Amino acid sequence: MSTVAQKRGLGATLWEYLTTIDHKKIAHLYLIGGGLFFILGGLEAVIIRIQLIKPENDFISAGLYNEMITMHGTTMIFLAAMPIILGIMNAVLPLQIGARDVAFPFLNSLGFWLFMFGGILLNTSWFLGGAPDGGWTSYASFALTSPTHGIDFYVMGLQLAGAGTLMGGINFLATVVNMRAPGMTYMRMPLFTWASFITSVLILFAFPAFTVALFLLMFDRMFGTAFFDVALGGNTVIWQHLFWIFGHPEVYILILPIFGLFSDIFSTFSRKRLFGYTAMVFATMLIAFLGFMVWAHHMFTVGLGPVANSIFAIGTMAIAVPTGIKIFNWLATMWGGSVKINSAMLWALGFIPSFTIGGMTGVMLGSAVADFQYHDTYFVVAHFHYVIVGGTVFGIFAGLHYWWPKMFGRILHEGLGKLTFWTFFIGFHLTFFIQHFLGLMGMPRRYWVFLKGQELDVGNFISTIGAFFMSFAVIVFLINIIITARSEKAPADPWDGRTLEWAISSPPPFYNFEQLPLTRGLDPLWIEKSEGNGKMIPAEPLDDIHMPNNSILPFLMSLGFFIAGFGFIFQTDNKLWYIVLYAGMAFAFVCMFIRSFKDDTGYFVKKEDLEREGE
Amino acid sequence: MSHEDVLNPKSMPHEPEKATLEGKNKFIGLWFFLGGETVLFASLFGTYLALKDSTHNGPSTHDLYELGLVFLMTILLLTSSLTSVYAMYHMKNNDYKKMQLWLAITALLGIGFLACEIYEFSHYIIGEGFTFRSSAFGSAFYALIGFHGGHVLFGLCWLMSLMVRNAKRGLNLYNAPKFNTFSLYWHFIDVVWVFIFTVVYLMGKVG
Repeated sequence: MSTVAQKRGLGATLWEYLTTIDHKKIAHLYLIGGGLFFILGGLEAVIIRIQLIKPENDFISAGLYNEMITMHGTTMIFLAAMPIILGIMNAVLPLQIGARDVAFPFLNSLGFWLFMFGGILLNTSWFLGGAPDGGWTSYASFALTSPTHGIDFYVMGLQLAGAGTLMGGINFLATVVNMRAPGMTYMRMPLFTWASFITSVLILFAFPAFTVALFLLMFDRMFGTAFFDVALGGNTVIWQHLFWIFGHPEVYILILPIFGLFSDIFSTFSRKRLFGYTAMVFATMLIAFLGFMVWAHHMFTVGLGPVANSIFAIGTMAIAVPTGIKIFNWLATMWGGSVKINSAMLWALGFIPSFTIGGMTGVMLGSAVADFQYHDTYFVVAHFHYVIVGGTVFGIFAGLHYWWPKMFGRILHEGLGKLTFWTFFIGFHLTFFIQHFLGLMGMPRRYWVFLKGQELDVGNFISTIGAFFMSFAVIVFLINIIITARSEKAPADPWDGRTLEWAISSPPPFYNFEQLPLTRGLDPLWIEKSEGNGKMIPAEPLDDIHMPNNSILPFLMSLGFFIAGFGFIFQTDNKLWYIVLYAGMAFAFVCMFIRSFKDDTGYFVKKEDLEREGE
Repeated sequence: MSHEDVLNPKSMPHEPEKATLEGKNKFIGLWFFLGGETVLFASLFGTYLALKDSTHNGPSTHDLYELGLVFLMTILLLTSSLTSVYAMYHMKNNDYKKMQLWLAITALLGIGFLACEIYEFSHYIIGEGFTFRSSAFGSAFYALIGFHGGHVLFGLCWLMSLMVRNAKRGLNLYNAPKFNTFSLYWHFIDVVWVFIFTVVYLMGKVG
C-alpha cells in the first residue's frame, strides 16, 4: 500500500469509510452518524413544541406524541450526544497522548457500526408499526403492555448501540493505559484526555447494568418470562433500579468529557496553564465515583423509605462540591489571562452560567422532600435540559469549533459561528428557562395537551418560539459546514495551542506522528514553544511504522446482528421469523470466526517512504 | 518487530503473551472487559436475590436444588481453572505440546460441567415443571445460571477455535496473547461460579 495521497473516486471513498479502522476516519463517521440522529431528534423536539404551542392543540395525536417524546429522548442521548462525544474522543484522544492509533482499531470500527446499525434499527420502527412509546426510561410497567412492537425496537436497537459504546469505552481505557508517548505521564495528560479516560470507566461499569435490564425486558416481552410481571411474582421496581444504576452514570458520561473539553478550551484561549490542574483531575474522579452512588434520587417517589431517600439526597447534593471546584477553576483560569473570544470560547463562556443554573436546580431536585413537588413536572424537564443542552450540547459545539481544523483541515467561519452561538443561546434560554415556572405551576411532563385558563399558555408559547431559534441556529451551523468545506486549508496550529494534537498537520497523516514526540511536562507543545524550539522533540529515530489493516468485517458483523434483531422482534408474530433470527446470528458468528482464523498482523509504512514525503 | 519475528520468533521471551504491544493491549483490555462483566453478573445476582422467593406456588429453592450434583459441577469447573493455569505455565516455558494437552483437558472438564448443567435444567423442567416462564423465581434463576452457562459455552467455542486454528503451528508472539486472554476469561467464569454456588445453591438450601 502506498502512503502517497491519491485522488479517489466516490466508490473508493465509500469503500474506504466502510472498511476504515483509522481513528480519525471513525471520528468522521461518528460525527456524521451522530449528526444525522441529532437533526432527527431535533425535528422530533420541534414537533413536540409545535404540539404544545397553544392549549388543547391537535397537531399530533396523543399516541404519536408519546412516540415523539420517547424517540426524542432516546435519540438525543444514545444516538446523538454519545456518538458525537465518542467521535470527538476518537479524533482527539490518541493525538493528545501522542499515539498512532487506538489500542483496538478493529474493535473501534465494530463499535461504530454496532451503534449505527442499532440506531437505524431503532428508527425503522417508525415504518414498521410504530415507534417505542414508553419514554426514554421505558419503565417496565407500561413497557410490558405497550401493544405495538415499538418497545421491542427500543430493546434491540439500544442493545446493539450499547454494545458498541461499551467497546468504545474499553478501547479508550486500554489506549490511555498502554499507548501514551514517552514522557506523557498520567499527570501530564490534557484534561480532555483525563475526562475521557474517566468517562470510559463510567461506560465500562454503567452499561452492563443496562444490558441486563434490556435483556430482562426482552425476555419478558418476547419470551414470556416474569421478571416484571407482577401476576407471576415479578417486580417492576427492578427495572427502575437497573435502569438508573446505568442511567445516572450515563448523564456523567455525557458531561465529563465536556468538562475536560472546556478545560482545554479555557486554557488555550486564556493563554494560561489550567488553574488547579490536579484539583480538576481529582474532582472529575470524585464526580464519577459519586455518580454511581446516587441513582435512587430518580426514584424518590417510588417509596424506598425515608432512610434510603435521605442517603441518596445527601449523596446527590455532595456532587455539587467537586462540580463547584471545576466552575471556580475555569473562572480562575481566565482570571489574568489574555482571553481571546471566538466561537469556541463563546460556547465555553455561555456554558458556565447555563450549566450552573442546571446544577442549582439539580440540588433543588436532590432534596427528597421538595422532589415530591417537582417530580414529573416541567421543572424536571427544564433541569435536565439545562445540564444536557447547556452542558453537553454547548460543549459539543465548542469542541467542534475548536477541533474542526484538526478533524477536517478547515477553520469554521467565525461570523456564522457567532451567529449560531447567539441564536442558540437565546433560543435555549427562551425555551427552557420558562419551563421551570411552568413546572412549579403544576404542568406535568409527557402530557400531549394542556388546558386553557390555567395560565400555562404564554409560557408554552415562549418556549416554542425558543425552539425555533435553536432550529435556526442549527441550520446556520450546517451552512457554516458547507461554506467551510470550500475555504482555505487550516494551519497545523491555528489557536496557538498547548497540547500535542497541535504539533502535527491539520488534518494529521494517517500514522499521526512520524516520530513519537517527547513530552516534558503539562502542555508539552507550549513548553517547547516557550523554550524557543517551536516543535516537539522526537523521542525515537525515524523508523518503519506499524499500521493495522482495513477490514469490512466490523460492518458485516453489525449487519448480521441488525438482521437478527428483526428476527427477535417479529418472531412473536410468526415463528418463521426465527429463520431471520438464526440467519443473522449465524452470519455474524461466521464473520467472527473469519476474524479469528485469519492472521492479521498489519503492515508497515517504510522509513524510505516517510523520508520521501518529508522532502 | 517484523511480521516474521511475530509469527516465527527466533527465541521466545519469558512472557510471550506480553512481548508485543498488541499482546499488552489484549491483556489490559480483557481485564477491563471483565470489570464490565462483573457489573453484568452483579445485576443478575441482584435480580435473582430480589425474586428468589417469588415462587408463585411452584417449587422453592429448598425443594429444587441437589447439592450433590452442584458439588460435582463445582469440582469440574474449579479443576478446569487449575488445568488452564498448567497450560499457561507450559506456554511460558515454550512447551507447546503440553500446553495443548492441558488446554484439551480444560475443554473436557468444561464440557463435563456443561453436560451436568443441561442435565440439571432438563430435570427441573421435565421433572419439576420449573421453567423460565413458570414464576419470577424461575425467570431469575435461569437468567443468572443461563448467562453463566452461556459464558461457559462461549469460552469452550473460543478455546476449541484457538486450538484448531493453531494445531498445525507452534507457539508465537501472535497467538500467545490469545491463549492467555482466554485463560483469564476462563478464571473469571470460574470465580462467578463460586459466587453462584454460594449465593444461589448454598444459601438456597440453608438460608
